[in-house]
Amino acid sequence: MNSHYYSTRTHDVAEAGNETAANELASLVEVRQDDRRSLPSDPKPIMECEGVDVFYDDFRAVTDVSLGFGYNEITALIGPSGCGKSTLLRSLNRMNDLILGARVEGAVTFHGQSIYAKDVDPIEVRRRIGMVFQKPNPFPKSIYDNVAYGPRVTGAKVSDMDDLVEEALTRSALWDEVKDKLKQSALGLSGGQQQRLCIARTIAIRPEVILMDEPCSALDPIATSRIEDLMVELVKDYSIIIVTHNMQQAARVADRTAFFTALADEGTGDRTGLLVEYDLTAKIFSTPADERTENYISGRFG
Amino acid sequence: MSSTIASEGSSTRTTPQGVEPGSYEKDPAGFLRKRRGRYGERAAMAVLIGAAGLSVLVTVGIFFALLLPALEFFREIGVVEFLTGQRWAPSFSDSSFGILPLVTGTLWTTLIGLLIAVPFGLGAAIYLAEYAPERLRRVLKPVLEVLAGIPSVVYGYFALFFVAPTILNDLLSVDVGTFSVLAAGLVLGIMIIPTVASLSEDAMSAVPRSLREASLALGANRMRTTLRVVFPAAVSGITASIVLAGSRAVGETMIVALAAGTRAQMVSNPTDAGQTMTGYIAQTATGESSPGTLTYNTLFAVGLLLFVVTLLLNVVAGSIVRKIREAY
Repeated sequence: MNSHYYSTRTHDVAEAGNETAANELASLVEVRQDDRRSLPSDPKPIMECEGVDVFYDDFRAVTDVSLGFGYNEITALIGPSGCGKSTLLRSLNRMNDLILGARVEGAVTFHGQSIYAKDVDPIEVRRRIGMVFQKPNPFPKSIYDNVAYGPRVTGAKVSDMDDLVEEALTRSALWDEVKDKLKQSALGLSGGQQQRLCIARTIAIRPEVILMDEPCSALDPIATSRIEDLMVELVKDYSIIIVTHNMQQAARVADRTAFFTALADEGTGDRTGLLVEYDLTAKIFSTPADERTENYISGRFG
Repeated sequence: MSSTIASEGSSTRTTPQGVEPGSYEKDPAGFLRKRRGRYGERAAMAVLIGAAGLSVLVTVGIFFALLLPALEFFREIGVVEFLTGQRWAPSFSDSSFGILPLVTGTLWTTLIGLLIAVPFGLGAAIYLAEYAPERLRRVLKPVLEVLAGIPSVVYGYFALFFVAPTILNDLLSVDVGTFSVLAAGLVLGIMIIPTVASLSEDAMSAVPRSLREASLALGANRMRTTLRVVFPAAVSGITASIVLAGSRAVGETMIVALAAGTRAQMVSNPTDAGQTMTGYIAQTATGESSPGTLTYNTLFAVGLLLFVVTLLLNVVAGSIVRKIREAY
């Protein structure tokens, strides 16, 4: 729904001229300018990628990515379809382990510790690096049980589960809407509420990093805006890495933005994603250093 | 194809441009009129209705075919005596028609069968759906289903000549005679493992991948994900597989006829021999009992009870499933 919104916007914008598009994005950056403190030019990283390649069998989906994700920052990964943003995101908490033939080369570190080192337990990794998916995927259980699921299965010592559930739902701006129907099925909620429930469920296990894979692409603009507000609120306590197709979204919420593009292999036609540019969002959307970034954000490409 | 349509359109249909003023009053449907002769569609529908109706008709037919002789039977033998009597001796001179011995025989073989089939079947299903690599699964599942295709008479001989003497007597030192509900039940269990495994695996594989991902992303391991997310979401299919396997066990004839024996007695111990309801029918329905005799009617009374038990199993399972399932 939102991608449709986005594409028509780009279309309009392209007609109105590329200058306008760039100006509009730059003005969106202003929205959170006060929030975005005086960020250092290089992030103080909680997670880092160093020369990361991701393969599916012989196919290289992402090539040679190096960047750091800052503490209590929102980092947006943007770029055209097939540029490996989601693939990279899923390799940050080892969700790619579930795909047969998926393989990560290079170093992905969390607090300086490699998450692909030999004896690392992927479950420990995922407990600290949570994930919110593209399509809301609440369990077919009650709202309460959805939030309590993580603490229960990870065996966390919880003195009062009711408190924890309330806190997680409050923090995800859902409590007032669901406090009277905690025992009802989560599937009765609207799409936007379901996605906020998925966020509540993730923060209930108190991760340090939250990965979001196009969390608003299945939502309408109002629900999208609520999720964006929520991200800005949550980043005070969490580090957030978000993949988005929506450049306006990146401009509105992200502290830093990484632009990826896809490079087609001339022989096989396979498309490999690579990182073009990574900088403060304000910089990416006003004075990008790379021509490809500028073409993309001004709507001349992708 | 398209050229036929085009030529028909231009020659036989009235196009909007060709509509005469006032013609709508004479012919309200106009050029949108239904065209005659959709015989193919009607014929296809008739065949499909026939196919769907046949199975219903057969079921109803079987029910009445069972019911009428069974009613004859109950005119001579009281229902209470039939259902609560502990002595089954229909062909003795001091005949007795208490069906409980046959019921205990069926219960023992079925329960032993399920005791084998449910854990092994579910174990296999969980492995195939959640753990096995895709390639292995593609090989294992058909192999498992072959097990369901083995004729039950073969299983019966297997129980009689291998399981009872070699496995139970020699290997496990369990003291069973030639016939026992234990040997029959064990082999019956093996026979219905594929039913449980295959249908449960289907049900678990149908649970959306996104739910597994959600669980794993919350720091759950695979076993917790399986037990707390996949299992509850697939419970209706899993229950259905167990009920179907149970129905097959209740209705299975050759294995119990061969391996459980023909002594209709109250079975109190799994090492006992015992006759089941199906075993009795197989032994008695030889063509020698002529219609209208009590022996003949007895067969139908036992058959009717089997039918009702299976039906009840399905109804009860259905209502349990509705209560506990987590529909995704």
